[in-house]
Amino acid sequence: MDTREKDIEKLKDYKYGFSTDIENIKAPKGLNEKVIKFISNVKKEPKWMLDFRLKAFERFKQLKEPNWQKPKYPKIDYQDLYYYSAPKSMKDKPKSLDELDPKLLETYKKLGIPLQEQARLNGIAVDAVFDSVSVATTFKDELTKQGIIFCSMSEAIQKHPELVRKYLGTVIPTTDHFFATLNSAVFTDGSFVYIPKGVRCPMELSTYFRINASETGQFERTLIIADKGSYVSYLEGCTAPMRDENQLHAANVELIALDDAEIKYSTVQNWYPGDENGIGGIYNFVTKRGLCQGRNSKISWTQVETGSAITWKYPSCILKGDNSIGEFYSIAITNNHQKADTGTKMIHLGKNTKSKIISKGISAGFSDMTYRGLVDINSKATNSSNYTQCDSLLMGNKCGAHTVPYIRNKNFDSNIAHEATTSKISEEQLHYCQQRGLNSEEAVGLIVNGFCKEVLQQLPMEFAVEAQKLVGISLEGSVG
Amino acid sequence: MKEQLKIDFEKILELSDFSEKDIGYKKDHLNKFIDNGFPSKKQENWKFLDLNQIIKKNISELSFYNDYSKTNKIDTSIFIDGLEHNKIIFINGRIEKIDFNYEDKNQIEINDDIEIKDHFDYNNSLISLNNAFVNKYYKILVKKDYSLKKPLIIYHLTNEKVKSKNINLRLNFVLEKNSSLKLIDFFNDTSDKNFMNIFYNFNLKKDSILKNYKIDKSLNKNLKYSFNNIDQEENSISETFIFSAGSNYFKNEINCNLKGEYSSAFINGIFSLQGSQQHEIRSTVNHLVENTKSYQLIKSVLGKNSKAVYQGRIFVDPKAQKTDGYQLSKAILLDETSEFNAKPELEIYADDVKCSHGSASGSLNENSIFYLMSRGLNYKQSKELLINGFMLDVVEKITNTEIRNLIKNIIGLKE
Repeated sequence: MDTREKDIEKLKDYKYGFSTDIENIKAPKGLNEKVIKFISNVKKEPKWMLDFRLKAFERFKQLKEPNWQKPKYPKIDYQDLYYYSAPKSMKDKPKSLDELDPKLLETYKKLGIPLQEQARLNGIAVDAVFDSVSVATTFKDELTKQGIIFCSMSEAIQKHPELVRKYLGTVIPTTDHFFATLNSAVFTDGSFVYIPKGVRCPMELSTYFRINASETGQFERTLIIADKGSYVSYLEGCTAPMRDENQLHAANVELIALDDAEIKYSTVQNWYPGDENGIGGIYNFVTKRGLCQGRNSKISWTQVETGSAITWKYPSCILKGDNSIGEFYSIAITNNHQKADTGTKMIHLGKNTKSKIISKGISAGFSDMTYRGLVDINSKATNSSNYTQCDSLLMGNKCGAHTVPYIRNKNFDSNIAHEATTSKISEEQLHYCQQRGLNSEEAVGLIVNGFCKEVLQQLPMEFAVEAQKLVGISLEGSVG
Repeated sequence: MKEQLKIDFEKILELSDFSEKDIGYKKDHLNKFIDNGFPSKKQENWKFLDLNQIIKKNISELSFYNDYSKTNKIDTSIFIDGLEHNKIIFINGRIEKIDFNYEDKNQIEINDDIEIKDHFDYNNSLISLNNAFVNKYYKILVKKDYSLKKPLIIYHLTNEKVKSKNINLRLNFVLEKNSSLKLIDFFNDTSDKNFMNIFYNFNLKKDSILKNYKIDKSLNKNLKYSFNNIDQEENSISETFIFSAGSNYFKNEINCNLKGEYSSAFINGIFSLQGSQQHEIRSTVNHLVENTKSYQLIKSVLGKNSKAVYQGRIFVDPKAQKTDGYQLSKAILLDETSEFNAKPELEIYADDVKCSHGSASGSLNENSIFYLMSRGLNYKQSKELLINGFMLDVVEKITNTEIRNLIKNIIGLKE
């Protein structure tokens, strides 16, 4: 058996496990100025971009890897990773969806959302990111008519440098924490969205991220700017092929909402979680931060996290503009040996700011789930309010569910309410469903979907279906 | 500080009659403390209030030496009236009197020449400090089936003779099977700028009941830290009530280990702060076996410039099925300069449990004030009434009527 066949053999168990055979260009292994210059050079970036990266790298060298989180992982050797890989011939880039690699299309089918169908029937523009570089972008014309810019980050750097330069790093500066700084130094590609003044984006923008080449940490960078009075809903979803080695994913996502603008950002994450013994799987260490810069602006995060060996992220909102609103809806499911430490930060700076947090955690098998959140109401944020609800569901007595909220109220005119509960699926509920003819697995699926409903409702229609399926798949075999 | 610690430590050793073993033990802890120093915000538990900074700011030169050879005069005027009680009087770091007049002397054992044995290692530098410098170490044992007839009040007194001193107190309580103890800690200080470090260790055997009330009412400029470790066996009950209002800084830590089935722990507290006071309650309840229960209620009323912190943690072991854990904290912020921080934590490893926590903070409800004013009260009265009602909720949780009334009087709550 040659190695490829062996690979395929290994992939069998993972529903979405596959790896596509496209030759890759790789930057040499390791992390140093040379590699950063190589990335910048390959991407033909202007000097200011290279300076941005090098500045971040300078800072990165002084930082220590954080270790306060609950899920521990073996030490990552940052010198033993490839920081750049791209499909070899960019000129062979497919012009339309039909030309896409059938294997890639096959994957999307497995996911339950065929790209073509979705693109055509649902009117979704899909910017499929395939291993760090965009290979297909659809519906561009329609968006261009409205003045909306939706392209890959590398393209934006070339074509819209003024916008990128103005906003990149304003929410997540190059001086941020360890993983964010690493991303600033070595990010390869990602999505860039700009919605002009007063435009309501006519379709849901969507990107599929995929991790492909072995030992490649993916460092995506997404920047979404909603100008005054605009609206955009952005979807992000992911699956990854099976790999034995743990793979690091440290993306940065920056959202900026100006006066009266609204951004809705939804994520369905189903990366490879490792096998049932906890071997392999993706490390998902992502920094997501939104800035409600203008008055009456709104940012809403929705996430369904079912994959990854370790999920460690806190999509946050900085509510700077007066009357701005931040929302966070999350479902996190961990099974087998998965670990998750996730939650949000709501930082209230402006007057009359409001935030809402709904978090649902489900842990099964030997997994461990932590909700960690910060609600900080600054002394100047008069008349602000926050409502937090975090519920956990436990399946079996080998797993754990933890809640660690940090609540800081420095303003006497503001209200904070926090609630959390932890429970299990009761025998009565199961019995009732089974009596109605469902088998135990279906019954659990139904109850769990009911438990998550508040969050699933927030997802756009197409995503909601996929998410519901994922919830079911993730918990397969955890009962009985 | 390091030199100061060593000099003061030698001075104490010269004057005392510790055994070789004790001295070795104390030295170990001194070194531990020298290595770690006062806790700072670098440690997760001290994130909100940094003791190291607070000590630096409030007490410039802290001295660890105290001359314990002289007795202090007991001022009987501060004793609590209207309630017959047993007394332990602790003045300026010296236990002056232990008086169990109301009790059957055969049923209570008080021991002071025991070896300091430490079975716990909490990685807490203040406990090391306590172990190194504590002057006398008592163990109080309540024998099987004996319930103390009257409550025991520990008077924590200081006067102007002490200044910029570190004062340590350590007591061990053992409640044998089916015994019970009501313990009131009453703080009254006329000194300022001292750092008190109190460490109680309670051992509750089967069916025993402990009720501990801590009352820090009179305003003073001292800093205090109190650590209660409570180990509970089967069917035992512990009830802790904290009224945290008087000192400049006060951190109460309660560590409760529910080791026996059907044991339960209740922790209730009130912060009533003003000026630049900074107070904290940190509770940890460890549910280690099946069918245990815990209940926590913390309320804060925060005036100008004050800051309160509540860190509550419920831990549920994989073995501890059928756990009931409940936690609630509420705060009223009266001024734009007041601040409330909370970290209500749940760490759960068992699935058949009912655990919840809630936290709310905000200002007084203007509608309620309006309602009361429309009934003829003035603004100040309405505000007081609302605040009293808010705090009364916690006081009502005190299970002993006599003590509940006493505490209502001390706090000045009217029904």
